[in-house]
Amino acid sequence: MSESTFGSYGGQYVPEALMPAVQELEDAYERYVLENEDGFMDEFRERLRDFGGRPTPLQRAERLSDRYGREVYLKREDLLHGGAHKLNNALGQVLLAKYMGKERIIAETGAGQHGTATAMAAAHLDMPCEIYMGATDVNRQRPNVYRMRMNGAKVNPVEAGRGTLKEAINETMRDWATTVETTHYVIGSIVGPHPFPKMVRDFQSVISEETREQIDEQVGRLPDSVVACAGGGSNTMGTFHAFVDDERSAKRSSADDSSGEQREPREHVSLYAVEAGGSSLAIDEAEGLAPNSATLSTGTDGVLHGAMTKLLQSDDGQIMESHSVSAGLDYAGVGPELSYLVDAGRVTPVNVDDEDALNAFHRLSTLEGIIPALETAHAFGYLERAHEDLGELIVVNVSGRGDKDLETVLEETEKRDLEAAPEIEVFGP
Amino acid sequence: MSGIETAIRENNPALITYVTAGDPSLEDTEAYVHALDRGGADLIELGLPFSEPIAEGPTIQAAINRALEAGTTPESFFDLVADLETEAPLLVMTYYNMILQYGSEPDPEPFVERAAGAGLAGIIVPDLPAEEAGPLREACDEYGLDLVFIVAPTTGGERLDRIMSRATGFAYVQARLGTTGARANVSSATHESLARLEEYDVPKAVGFGVSKGEHATEIIEAGADGVIVGSALIDIIAESDTPAADLEAKARELKAGALEGVDAPEPEQP
Repeated sequence: MSESTFGSYGGQYVPEALMPAVQELEDAYERYVLENEDGFMDEFRERLRDFGGRPTPLQRAERLSDRYGREVYLKREDLLHGGAHKLNNALGQVLLAKYMGKERIIAETGAGQHGTATAMAAAHLDMPCEIYMGATDVNRQRPNVYRMRMNGAKVNPVEAGRGTLKEAINETMRDWATTVETTHYVIGSIVGPHPFPKMVRDFQSVISEETREQIDEQVGRLPDSVVACAGGGSNTMGTFHAFVDDERSAKRSSADDSSGEQREPREHVSLYAVEAGGSSLAIDEAEGLAPNSATLSTGTDGVLHGAMTKLLQSDDGQIMESHSVSAGLDYAGVGPELSYLVDAGRVTPVNVDDEDALNAFHRLSTLEGIIPALETAHAFGYLERAHEDLGELIVVNVSGRGDKDLETVLEETEKRDLEAAPEIEVFGP
Repeated sequence: MSGIETAIRENNPALITYVTAGDPSLEDTEAYVHALDRGGADLIELGLPFSEPIAEGPTIQAAINRALEAGTTPESFFDLVADLETEAPLLVMTYYNMILQYGSEPDPEPFVERAAGAGLAGIIVPDLPAEEAGPLREACDEYGLDLVFIVAPTTGGERLDRIMSRATGFAYVQARLGTTGARANVSSATHESLARLEEYDVPKAVGFGVSKGEHATEIIEAGADGVIVGSALIDIIAESDTPAADLEAKARELKAGALEGVDAPEPEQP
């Protein structure tokens, strides 16, 4: 059996009724994904290419490179079919569900990107599909609701709590607990009980595998830094995974010395997970509100949605309502593997607040002709702030495109005096 | 034999009732627990509210929200329990994160120590399968509390053996897939589950969807040692003008229904 934890994080904290399904999935993950049984991985890669449009480009950002006086490369996951990295995972899981003989697909969605990707994959592979989406998110991500319905999926709004991703996951788990024998739950991030965190990471790690080859081909060396935004963490781990071992550590070099061989010092790639700083990093314990989603920077260890991980929670253990201007980052938990890599010092958690993310949204739109998702904009907000500490060669993952966010950006820009917002009247008559 | 197991065996067929502590206030909960105790409940589960109750249907979710809005905390919950004097032993039902966070570090022991000190006899954790229950099991053994495991319609094979070999107090037999909530009928899965569990010498109590005396009759007839009722009681709390009296009456109806299941003639063998 595969290891179910990352250090003390991860595990399988689910209701008993789901345990057999989780174990069935573990078995399918090992056979089809890890061992390529029945050519599963070959079919997955082929469909990612023909249906998804992989590989996505690694593009040198000319004006950002000029602006920061260092080489900035963009991994263009926004060009994947559907406009975000989410299809990598959704296609993998819906295909796996088919191999497992499941008859129905359910999924939660926050920003709607995972929901649209799952709806597309389900239509592509001819599976009935239902999506649970928080009522607040339904309102702030209308275009994605329409897209899911266009692909034939049923969208169920979830009214509980603040009506965001956390509540959508709760409700999807309840559906799964009822329909587990025929239904596969396509979880949208590297969260949930084992094997989801590993399996979703494996489906997403195509991002970093391609990036590693592409940067070597184009520049001839590995990047000094890789930057990705982090909510649950699927684009983050997808962008980091192939670089995790590119680490100069004291332990490794002393082992090399004792072998008597002189090896090239390993190139070190720094990994930055950019979380949503929201409007403030402070927590309002009385109201149960964290006006941010900076779980890796400020969270504490606990159990949510099937895994031990870092959480935004009260002293008593109640889960906080998180906040971010970007629906896709608005989550009080984070993938257990990221919690582990942060504790181990391998991934550096940083955060960017709503205002800097909005500025970065406008900056990338006007300088590079790329309208990024608000989630993605957080990564560029960090680049603006900290580029001097990121070395000479930087890769930023453009996890998704921002068409879905135009309304939110209009509203939020009108409320603020943003330096990077264009002076022309974008939405005028 | 633990206090819980004794309560079930000596009062077989046993009535196990659930209410959410703090719904709509802890003072009300105190009155409701006494009413259920008077009405013939043999064990009383008290829910300690958690913000993400993934195993609950809409009825108990709403009760948990009311309890959280009323400001129910683990400390105020334990204070209530310590003051309660009932015939029926009390159990706490809560999610694992609430248990982990009680002390200063994530660790189940401080919660169990406090639960034992407050006089609780056992713990049920809907999101803690046997595979992850090691640390809590150890703490429960140390402080003499029962850790009650849930057996689902999907539980079978080696896992069923493992769970039943670790079960203390009773086995909580989940009558159907899905979440908690009152239903019109007893599911066929109940009969199948009880048949699968017949060989294990642990008391079996059936919950999920039980709301009426006749359900209790049918479940006891099918071979259970007890019935568990929650959402039907929460409905009374949410809707009745005289909840304590109605809870007592409901407990009597359920207990009488269960007793009828014992007296009923054996169902004909096919």
